[in-house]
Amino acid sequence: MNGILDALREAFGNALRCDEQRGQQVVHVAVEAIDGVVRLLKEQGFRLLLDVTAVDRLPRTPRFDVVYHLYHLDLRDWIRLQLETGEEGPEVPSVAGIFPAANWAEREVFDLFGIVFRGHPDLRRILMPEDWQGHPLRKDYPLTGWRPLPALARD
Amino acid sequence: MAAIAGQINVEPTLKPMILNLGPQHPSTHGVLRVRVELDGEQVKNCEPVIGYLHTGIEKTFEDLFFQQGCMLADRMDYVSPLNNNLAWVLAVERLLGIEVPKRCQYIRVMFAELSRIASHLVWLGTSAMDMGAMTPFFYTMQQRELILDLNEMAAGYRMNPSYFRVGGLMRDLPPGFAERLYAFLDGFPRWLDELKGLLDRNPIWLERLQGTGRISAEQALDYGWTGPLLRACGVPRDLRKWNPYSSYEDFAFEVPTESAGDVYARYRVRMREMEESLKIVRQAMDNLPAGPWHVQDRKIYPPDKAEIAQSMEALIYHFKLFSEGFMVPPGEVYAAVEGPKGELGCFVVGAGSSRPHRVHVRGPSFYNLQALPELVRGGLLADIVAAIGSIDIVLGEVDR
Amino acid sequence: MRRLSAWARSNSLWPAQFGLACCAIEMMATAASRFDLARFGAEVMRASPRQADVMIVAGRVCQKMAPVLRELYDQMPEPKWVIAMGACASVGGVFANYAVVQGVDRIVPVDVYVPGCPPSPEGLIEGVMQLQKKIQQGWRPVMPAMVAAQEVAGA
Repeated sequence: MNGILDALREAFGNALRCDEQRGQQVVHVAVEAIDGVVRLLKEQGFRLLLDVTAVDRLPRTPRFDVVYHLYHLDLRDWIRLQLETGEEGPEVPSVAGIFPAANWAEREVFDLFGIVFRGHPDLRRILMPEDWQGHPLRKDYPLTGWRPLPALARD
Repeated sequence: MAAIAGQINVEPTLKPMILNLGPQHPSTHGVLRVRVELDGEQVKNCEPVIGYLHTGIEKTFEDLFFQQGCMLADRMDYVSPLNNNLAWVLAVERLLGIEVPKRCQYIRVMFAELSRIASHLVWLGTSAMDMGAMTPFFYTMQQRELILDLNEMAAGYRMNPSYFRVGGLMRDLPPGFAERLYAFLDGFPRWLDELKGLLDRNPIWLERLQGTGRISAEQALDYGWTGPLLRACGVPRDLRKWNPYSSYEDFAFEVPTESAGDVYARYRVRMREMEESLKIVRQAMDNLPAGPWHVQDRKIYPPDKAEIAQSMEALIYHFKLFSEGFMVPPGEVYAAVEGPKGELGCFVVGAGSSRPHRVHVRGPSFYNLQALPELVRGGLLADIVAAIGSIDIVLGEVDR
Repeated sequence: MRRLSAWARSNSLWPAQFGLACCAIEMMATAASRFDLARFGAEVMRASPRQADVMIVAGRVCQKMAPVLRELYDQMPEPKWVIAMGACASVGGVFANYAVVQGVDRIVPVDVYVPGCPPSPEGLIEGVMQLQKKIQQGWRPVMPAMVAAQEVAGA
């Protein structure tokens, strides 16, 4: 693992910061560097992209954390990548071209948080109806939502 | 195309037909909608459309105490609820920095494996029914009833039992449980053989399953496949062996792997997994250690109800835990278990209060389903049904 | 004559398969060999709503699914009844949030509510038997005022 982290630091320098949380390796990445980092990690053996998700840290700015989890098949261990982005951008480069698994995961993050992924082949809502207004998992969106009743299918 | 004067240009334009499968359809295993592009009977492409069961569970977690989250976790992958439960309690316990006693860990393993068997039974029954074989459905559901009886004995609930709690279990195993469990373990192998006899060498089954829905290990890894699906492509990744949790390292079992990567390989892997799970449950019951079944830290797990009548302190602990919940230090953790569908991960962000700041559940079915177009491209329409069945999706987990 | 037809209708209720979530699995268990819903007349669970008498809404109805539910209800021929199985179909269950319709009676008229999360198969059978009793007593489905008003308003 340390060898891989060294390779990362060599390639990306101060675009990243390594950390450990509850025994798990975390790397904080600058927004622009994320697709390069993911590509390098895939070459180094992190063959599985397990998860892409986000956390709303209101009232901190930048507001969102985007979190990636990858798994190394030989080291048999996870790594977490975290980057920070705000409501007005910057846009996060999509990693769907590197790992097709990220396609739906990034759509879900866009649907529920409103974070735009640059370069995503098909960025649209996936869990909520296409015409839904608002991004439900944001902290300023109430649990019960804004809509009183669902629309009926009737004429 | 130059038109000859006076003649109508009748060259037909052939377009692929778009067929809509679902969301209400007997073989989509829940409310899944698949838009299929057909050229005659051949599938050119398909697009799964999800979101018909999006329940906002992740947001609801933020509104409840950590202990109440146990109830919510079950309702995602509802055919094997205790595996979800396990991922949740492991994540919160890791955030708290506590470890539960051995007896509790063994009981958790026992119920997680029973849930795995229950999930595979539902998969087998419904997949076989999709292919037209009605009999396995009744046999598998009958065996599943016995597992649900065990759930009911332990937790009072057949399905969604929420038996595990942060810091322990809901209560200890009731008297008479061991007899019931051994009766099930002794009787089940015979039924498994019966099912194998019905399906393993059945020419229709083989014809429909072998060679269908093939995917390579490289593509599977690219799509984030885990669990029996990945093992059927030849990658022997099983979190119970590679990153053991909850004392799985104490048990002797094998990890079945196939290499063909088609629907039949996945069928074989799951059938053998059921046998291995039986072994684990038997070992867990045989070697069940005596002792406490929850952490003794009263700030996390409430004291015995009987103590409240005598001790003021016990009453206060009880009161605080149920009105305010326990405080979890700030931090983030990702805990993954080997669920029956794949790697079930729970990413919990604590903010120093008694409610989680963010919970994200990595549902394996969400990532497994994404690869459906790869499985069915170029195949026949009927193969889509076989492929969906073999992925073994639970929409509760896909949509959360 | 009416009593005879009511008796015949109540004892051959064919459910339209509408299993959505966890309750669907318990509905399957009710149809399976231990509880055997078929002995109460529900011989087959028809996939097509055009051949069904009763719609057992088993599970949570979410925003995207609500219009589909209404459409399927409309496709069922008269006389038709609805059983709301489980807490989610009755009142929204444990999910008091933006994504779940708080009770399926906001969309279709419901005749019998079966509580539970999920209700045990015995509970569902009790619900079916209640419906049979209601039919034999001459019950005709009545549109709740809410649904009727919305239809009039053209929402």
